[in-house]
Amino acid sequence: MSQWFLDSSFTLLLKASGVTLYLALSSLLLGLLLALVFAVLEANSFRWVAKTTTLLVMIIRGLPEILVVIAIYNGIPMILNAIADGFTMHLFITDITIQHNIENFDISPIICGIIALSLLYASYASQTLRGAFKAISPGQRQAAQVLGLSKARILWRIELPQLWRHALPGLGNQWLVLLKDTALVSLITVNDIMMQTLSIISYTKQPFSGYLMAASLYLLISVISQWFLKKLEKKSLYFEQGASYAR
Amino acid sequence: MNIALNNIDCFYGKHQALCDVSLCYPLGETIVLLGPSGAGKSSLLKVFNLLEKPVSGSMKIADIFCDFSKPIKDDIVHLLRKDVGMVFQNYNLWPHLTVMENLIEAPCQVLGMNKKDAIEKAMSLLTRLQLSTFSQRYPLHLSGGQQQRVAIARALMMEPKILLFDEPTAALDPESTSQVAEIINELADGGITQIIVTHEVDFAKKVASQIIYMENGQIIEQGDATCLISPKTENLKAYLSH
Repeated sequence: MSQWFLDSSFTLLLKASGVTLYLALSSLLLGLLLALVFAVLEANSFRWVAKTTTLLVMIIRGLPEILVVIAIYNGIPMILNAIADGFTMHLFITDITIQHNIENFDISPIICGIIALSLLYASYASQTLRGAFKAISPGQRQAAQVLGLSKARILWRIELPQLWRHALPGLGNQWLVLLKDTALVSLITVNDIMMQTLSIISYTKQPFSGYLMAASLYLLISVISQWFLKKLEKKSLYFEQGASYAR
Repeated sequence: MNIALNNIDCFYGKHQALCDVSLCYPLGETIVLLGPSGAGKSSLLKVFNLLEKPVSGSMKIADIFCDFSKPIKDDIVHLLRKDVGMVFQNYNLWPHLTVMENLIEAPCQVLGMNKKDAIEKAMSLLTRLQLSTFSQRYPLHLSGGQQQRVAIARALMMEPKILLFDEPTAALDPESTSQVAEIINELADGGITQIIVTHEVDFAKKVASQIIYMENGQIIEQGDATCLISPKTENLKAYLSH
């Protein structure tokens, strides 16, 4: 009986690992995109755009992660409710009424989890990207301007490829934090490793072995991630490799 | 056709970097800007391709006219930069792109040249500058002198009428400095107008057809290369005696 249960617990935890990985990878992709948007907006020459973005990033970074997850989970239905009821914004020149018929107010906890985690990841990663942008010598940008390249081309061809080289160590660290933060979404009923572990423990009454299995899974994913990140970092330095010998 | 600046004033915050600068030279000259640090040489150089925008005065390069009392339109900037290339002191090559990719990026994107033609043109330039074996190397794998020659080749890919050099030999050894001087003289023979900022009087003597000596944002003396042998002002005399 106990061997059968151990096997089925392990299978359940493996399935939950899939949910954790799905959560983490989706949040990473969305978070990276948002981080890039935040970093570009914070460097915007329109001061109000830059200041508003800085304020948003500052608020997210200033709150405990658990609060952000709960705020998103409870906040989205409230926003949908407000949109369904309709409201009017009084602007200086005109009034704008927003009203839309919404039939389903149930948002999947996993979507809420991805939104919360990607916002958290983006707010920290945007600062890493900002630092990476500044690490690219301004002379390279100037040389591109002088040759007549457009701003978009400079960003795409000159800055972004070098950005990863400077940002990867920081982004890698934040990925590991994100991976562990996925445990927070068990609070909003997402069936990830943590949630599954808690339900196994409530059944077996053996917390030590339950938590040990969960810890092993998190550790395994982290170790594989770190190995992969090291490979990626090495690859991002392709244009520097062997430089000191060639000179 | 001329390069002309009239009454140029340029500021960095409250500091006046250029003060009532005027000059006029025919195209085809190699003009060397000399002067101590902080004289305004690099600021003046950057006015020619609008990396610095003066607050007053005007500029005429070939057919392009800029009145700095009004905002300069983007299409004027774009047009001017097609004709005015620049080579920087620190080369400013893009380190993640190979030498070949550095050379063909702007011609393909800005001039709309097709990739095959751009590569052909780049190879002929690299051969001319004795760099043909380095076309697939990354800039960090080259010496300072080689990087500077790649930077010159990158600027020449756009076939500029005017080429600006900001202290091109500051980080180079004597052998590489001689090579750069040879290239500049070769380009001068080909009719390209060159404006060069340098501290090195010997280098200036090798390449200059015209000399502009500056101090505190003002032109103190200007004239042909004989200025370096028989300066008219005490300031240039003192500078050359160091």
